[in-house]
Amino acid sequence: MNTVFTPAAQRNGKLTLVQGNIALAEGALHAGLDCYFGYPITPQNQVPEYLSAKLPERGGAFVQAESELASINMVLGAASTGARAMTSSSGPGISLMQEGISFLAGDELPAVIANVMRCGPGMGGIKPTQGDYYQATRGGGHGDYHTIVLAPASAQEMFDLTYQAFDVADTYCNPVLILADAILGQMKEPAVLEPPYERKAIKKDDWSLTGAAGRKARNIRSMLLAGDDQEQLNYKLEKKYERVKQELPMWECIDTEDADLIVVAFGTSARISSSAARLARAEGLKVGVFRPITLFPFPEEALRDLASKVGKFLVVEMNLGQMLHDVRAIVGHDIPVSFYGRPGGGVPTVREVLENIKESVS
Amino acid sequence: MTVKKVFGRPESLCDVPNLYCSGCGHGVAHRLVAEAIDHFGLRDRTVAVAPAGCSVLLYDYFDVDSIESAHGRALAVGTGIKRANPDLFVFTYQGDGDLASIGMCETIHTANRGENLTAIFINNAVYGMTGGQMAPTTLLGQTTTTTPNGRCAEMEGAPMKMAEMMATFDGVVYSERVALYDPRQTIRARKAVFKAFEAQINNEGFGFVEILAACTTNLKMTPERAQQWLVDDLCETFPLGVYKDVMSGAKQESVASRESVGATAGSGSVKHAD
Ligand SMILES: Cc1ncc(C[n+]2csc(CCOP(=O)(O)OP(=O)(O)O)c2C)c(N)n1
Ligand code: SF4
Ligand SMILES: [Mg+2]
Repeated sequence: MNTVFTPAAQRNGKLTLVQGNIALAEGALHAGLDCYFGYPITPQNQVPEYLSAKLPERGGAFVQAESELASINMVLGAASTGARAMTSSSGPGISLMQEGISFLAGDELPAVIANVMRCGPGMGGIKPTQGDYYQATRGGGHGDYHTIVLAPASAQEMFDLTYQAFDVADTYCNPVLILADAILGQMKEPAVLEPPYERKAIKKDDWSLTGAAGRKARNIRSMLLAGDDQEQLNYKLEKKYERVKQELPMWECIDTEDADLIVVAFGTSARISSSAARLARAEGLKVGVFRPITLFPFPEEALRDLASKVGKFLVVEMNLGQMLHDVRAIVGHDIPVSFYGRPGGGVPTVREVLENIKESVS
Repeated sequence: MTVKKVFGRPESLCDVPNLYCSGCGHGVAHRLVAEAIDHFGLRDRTVAVAPAGCSVLLYDYFDVDSIESAHGRALAVGTGIKRANPDLFVFTYQGDGDLASIGMCETIHTANRGENLTAIFINNAVYGMTGGQMAPTTLLGQTTTTTPNGRCAEMEGAPMKMAEMMATFDGVVYSERVALYDPRQTIRARKAVFKAFEAQINNEGFGFVEILAACTTNLKMTPERAQQWLVDDLCETFPLGVYKDVMSGAKQESVASRESVGATAGSGSVKHAD
């Protein structure tokens, strides 16, 4: 497992029945959220609605922005002062934010963005999807950069990973994306709404904009015109991403030790796949589940490790095969990787996944 | 004999040569803003926001904390800064393409919310940085690289009047249009910047100063001719004056002020009501 951050596996504490979106908002509040900026879009509206009441109570700032273009740039402004800032959105709104996310990455500013995915393309609809995997893990905006992507699979992780996202963002001075979906956002489940660990105290006073009292003026920018400064910024970012790849990967292995087939799935798909894998085990098939929790950095080494022991893989997604290509690239061409997915709001059923497990095993 | 220094570089301007074209309005406008920062002792708590446009290099010239913003998003970035830390003094410095075209939505809403910050708006009637294309403030008939036959109202719409528009929002406490063409007008522009800064210092709300300036390079004019164009053409379409002043202690009915100024704009001897 990684050295810097670990997923909060076993949680002790008082269980509360909570909606995923509220758990996410609570995770942010517990992390010491200072500012929230957002624009309404289903299926994440409970996040701004909840925070519009709770955040000002705690002395934080809540602004309903005029658009997602504005919200992400308000986040950028707040982040530049050292504040813990976030926004949340879905589909079209996240697309509008891409320029701002690229700026956050180029400026090396920490911020948290939650994407409660709804199906597309275009206006699409409010049904769940995992169709934004490429957008999230490939950068999404212009330029050579990455957002760090955390993929919760329960109300508990909506809380825990959002709480953690702020520490991750501050540690690496990079935007962090929570990649959830309409099911995770809307579903109510029991969860412990207490911090999984004590918040990290990360210093920002060596770069934040606070007014230049008693020091030289600072500037935050990503436009570097002199010499090869722009090229050097990219090398610097690449170095950081290498560190992130070393330190951050998080994943969960379910019944993988003796498995003949491993289902690779994240978020809601992983929940469905786990149920299907249990049913398969009941029928005598040795099936496990590998669930990436960080999608960037993808837990490559852990998966490669499994590939050296396991003969077959099945990737399950709520899209037509996006993470699939990462899995194929990691396990190599000698190992068969089959795929089952449904796009545009279609949710794979446990039965469908079970059938695909049986086909893939044989 | 003792020598008294009566004129020098404002402290919050860096001692570096600026790279703006000769006759460009940005240099003088920078100086006026820097003088206001010095005058009110704001250097230690200022954050400047510079979006895409020729003045994106502002941070090389101002000795204050600053951040670059995406094209059109300066007022959103400024809102984020100010909401996160209301003790900071925040000003944006935006061109016409930035504030009145791609960023119009942010402009209107930031003004309407009455964010307690200051927008300095440089109206040079073109997109300077990208090579002189049509701006929302380009004059009717003015040729640009994308209006080779001159801007025509039927196809491209009429020039947008931002100082007037800003005055319509309840959140705006000060809106004035000034021009940089002679010492008198430059002093007037300086006063306008000071007023808008005061609005923020006193937590009164959004202050807006539209500064008419020349982009000599894209006008393809000498600095002298460009000044004349400013007086004869730009001021004709964009009457100078105070469009709104509801700051505490404001003496003047803003409409009266606008009318008396509008009537004489373009004559080269603009008269203000105050
Ligand atoms: C999203 C986006 N679109 C286009 C541009 C290119 N661009 C940079 S500055 C600019 C126009 C600047 O004009 P103005 O705001 O009037 O400033 P000026 O240079 O005249 O001072 C444009 C179109 C950009 N940087 N970003
Ligand atoms: S191109 Fe125009 S706006 Fe830009 S520096 Fe030159 S004169 Fe100024
Ligand atoms: Mg311009």
